[in-house]
Amino acid sequence: MASVEVTGAEIFVRSLEAEGVEFIFGYPGGAVLHIYDALHTQDKVKHILVRHEQAATHAADGYARSCDKPGVVLVTSGPGATNAVTGIATAYMDSIPMVVFTGQVPTHLIGNDAFQEADNIGITRPCVKHNFLVKDVRDLAETIKKAFYVATTGRPGPVVVDIPKDITADKTAFSYPDKVEMRSYNPVHVGHSGQIKRAVKLMRKARRPIFYTGGGVILGDASESLTELARIMNFPVTNTLMGLGAYPATDPQFVGMLGMHGTYEANMAMHHCDVLFAIGARFDDRVTGQIEKFCPNATIVHVDIDPASISKNVQVDVPIVGCVANVLKAMLKEVKKTDAKSDAVALQDWWQQIDDWRSKDCLKFDRDSDKIKPQFVVETLYKLTNGDAFVTSDVGQHQMWAAQFYKFDKPRRWINSGGLGTMGFGLPAAMGVQFAHPDATVACITGEGSIQMCIQELSTCTQYRLPVKIINLNNGYLGMVRQWQEFFYQKRYAMSYMESLPDFVKLAESYGHVGMQITRPGDVEGALLEMLKLKDRLVFMDFLTDREENVYPMIPAGGGQNEMILI
Amino acid sequence: MRHIISILMENEAGALSRVAGLFSARGYNIESLTVAPTEDPSLSRMTLVTRGTDDIIEQITKQLNKLIDVVKLIDMTDGPHIEREMMLVKVHASGDRRTELKRLSDIFRGRVIDVTDESYTIELTGAGEKLDAFLQALDQGVIIEVVRSGVSGIARGDRSLKI
Repeated sequence: MASVEVTGAEIFVRSLEAEGVEFIFGYPGGAVLHIYDALHTQDKVKHILVRHEQAATHAADGYARSCDKPGVVLVTSGPGATNAVTGIATAYMDSIPMVVFTGQVPTHLIGNDAFQEADNIGITRPCVKHNFLVKDVRDLAETIKKAFYVATTGRPGPVVVDIPKDITADKTAFSYPDKVEMRSYNPVHVGHSGQIKRAVKLMRKARRPIFYTGGGVILGDASESLTELARIMNFPVTNTLMGLGAYPATDPQFVGMLGMHGTYEANMAMHHCDVLFAIGARFDDRVTGQIEKFCPNATIVHVDIDPASISKNVQVDVPIVGCVANVLKAMLKEVKKTDAKSDAVALQDWWQQIDDWRSKDCLKFDRDSDKIKPQFVVETLYKLTNGDAFVTSDVGQHQMWAAQFYKFDKPRRWINSGGLGTMGFGLPAAMGVQFAHPDATVACITGEGSIQMCIQELSTCTQYRLPVKIINLNNGYLGMVRQWQEFFYQKRYAMSYMESLPDFVKLAESYGHVGMQITRPGDVEGALLEMLKLKDRLVFMDFLTDREENVYPMIPAGGGQNEMILI
Repeated sequence: MRHIISILMENEAGALSRVAGLFSARGYNIESLTVAPTEDPSLSRMTLVTRGTDDIIEQITKQLNKLIDVVKLIDMTDGPHIEREMMLVKVHASGDRRTELKRLSDIFRGRVIDVTDESYTIELTGAGEKLDAFLQALDQGVIIEVVRSGVSGIARGDRSLKI
């Protein structure tokens, strides 16, 4: 029986339907017009029109981070694809599952410097998990299947599929494979049982243990197992910037975030621990500080899905390659089976020590100031949203204050660009989160520098009526740059002053949103309450904050984790 | 230390640049690299010579394994193996030099594969060190051109790299 032939564009749309794709974030252009035409005649896959391709990738990224489904992006060839690169690299650094479809010039023009041609495969190669160029319409459906498979399994990451325009017009029969097998790609799922037993033995013997857990716990949906295991063992837990929410921040066993702007107690506990359990974390330089000074007395257990993450920066004693959720479950089983108990006496001393470090109150700030303290804004937002909002951020001081003062009790609530540190991420990411959770409060904590990097998305928010709450901590400086210039460049503030800022209130209003400017500490709570009442509106909150407030505590460059600068 | 890494990878456009890109992106050095299809046309075999500490070599093999196109790899230098490289050298060969160059080539078990009144082209196969030694034995003034294939290698005995 001859089956009906359909165009590549039709195959594209049906493949997305088969994958259960709800939203595709994109921007049209010449090379993808056939695809847009096919998208136009169906309503299962909703296309969201952004105002810049970078925002399409960040929105898909925010969507993926907040709901455990891959983000999907469609952009045109040439500048469409190159604009998307920052967002692809952002997702790559944080291991976010994403499939990005880029248009390409027709196959016969590839290599001819054709209009809007760029080598998308070459340009994206270093910042994708994998990429594909589709050269025959008969390969299209299977390539899309492979792209979703690679993006979402193993250590997740972005996958680019480059589709020349003629492929989207060519016809063939459509059938979407149920599954794909790739002989060169077989991600490990289960951890080695012998290594898991060794790790549990170390849990019994440890006198000063700590769980250091990262984004892998969130991406691997392993928070419950982590929480159960930590509570059984009564071990302290610290989360990385990417791991916030993996362990409840309000739990007494949580010692806060670690790293350059982590808490004193978390970093001191890391420095003095005798057994370090690193789970789904990758020993980033912002976490370890000077590597030679890192955890000098610790036996290190490292659980990670990516073998290349193990012993990359720090030599590990007990490596366990596997999916974090499976490994933690296996550890729990082993703990229960062997009735493993931690060393209660030693732990009592350890907790006493940790409480001493805690008593430094390293996150204190001046509460009597007549200026708005940025920490106070975040703390008040936390209080008024009952800690239950989705919070996205950009990059800089505001990001650190958000991480320090919004206490995340649940995974997938804190959405930020940790690895690449991409300014401009916050607003488009918040859009993606809002699409995934239409009734939730989604706040974008940002600064006047970062927000201007993707501010055009205020227009997208108007079009789709996205009630994102923008918390602009406006100090008139590129704050983190200024802080470093203050500390390390004798206050030579080169290019860190933001001149000619727009009137953010009027700007928001011109897009049809609500804008408010808050200048006095006493008005912070009332303004935030008013903002939260405006459930269906985007509200741009421009907080004029203390201009020279610094992020404390801080491990200076070259410092060890025990060498924090405290306020 | 010097390592020879042999890789079986999908014979697809761009596979080579994924490997080359990985090395430049992560700052690893490549001493030589050869690649050609195998008896199974869907697979290419690449032989890569690199230098690094044990930690770096471990990272290199892990990062290579992470590439989606890489099917399998081994570090040849982990066990007994045979290493070969081919070299073509074009030399000035006129007058008295001709016999001397022919003799030198014979000593290194090279073959003269092209002759003109003024030149010889000598083909030489062996481990890299042998080729280096031959070049050193030549009077530098006589060398017109040197082409080296880069190293290829195979494990001794039963050990093999296949899927």
